[in-house]
Amino acid sequence: MADQTLDAKGLNCPLPILKAKKALTALPPGATLEILATDPGAVKDFAAFCRTTGHELVEQSVDGNVYRFVLKRKA
Amino acid sequence: MTDSSGTKSLSIIVTKGSLDWAYPPFILSTTAAAMGLNVTLFFTFYGLSLLLKDLDLKMTPLGNPAMKMPMMGGHMGMPNFASMIPGVDAGATVMMQNMMKKKGVASIPELRALALESEVRMIACQMTMDLFEYTLDDMIPGIEVGGAATYIEVATQSEINLFI
Repeated sequence: MADQTLDAKGLNCPLPILKAKKALTALPPGATLEILATDPGAVKDFAAFCRTTGHELVEQSVDGNVYRFVLKRKA
Repeated sequence: MTDSSGTKSLSIIVTKGSLDWAYPPFILSTTAAAMGLNVTLFFTFYGLSLLLKDLDLKMTPLGNPAMKMPMMGGHMGMPNFASMIPGVDAGATVMMQNMMKKKGVASIPELRALALESEVRMIACQMTMDLFEYTLDDMIPGIEVGGAATYIEVATQSEINLFI
């Protein structure tokens, strides 16, 4: 279980990334954030976001049209 | 500028102020800020209107053959003579706003507020303010005023410089 869940379903680029960043900032280092999104562009975008920022993409899955990401805040 | 902490910088010259063209600078600046970059936006000419307290964003299909709206299962453009009819711009603007709402696209006021919140530096072009007779009172708080040299200094210190 992630420490916190962010429901970004129905939101389009760049809102899932902006809301995820905001949620991550409020979490302590090492904590995990689960993000649910329906924007197919989020798959590439969260990978790029993590590569650039140093947050870790620890899990990724898709269920129907809902994409699920788990990010671990960098130390 | 990549500073001692390794932070990179992005600057964008914002020259357009219609509803459609307002998106690229605000989407890129908020995202870059979320990804840890220092971001500066320099608003000049029609882009300056994106800093007004009273955002009244409109768009026009006139002279834009690439603007094709999804309609009846296909995509439809509008010939220039039809775009000139009074009310067509307003109709196209409402249509675009409704489409954006339906597709979960952020509004420009929302993106602009997020940009300010994430400390995107916004510079209004002094010359454009003089030219179109605007004062700081017309603009949202939290912005600054500067000229070409102010922007060029920022550009020399930024890895990414865009003109929109």
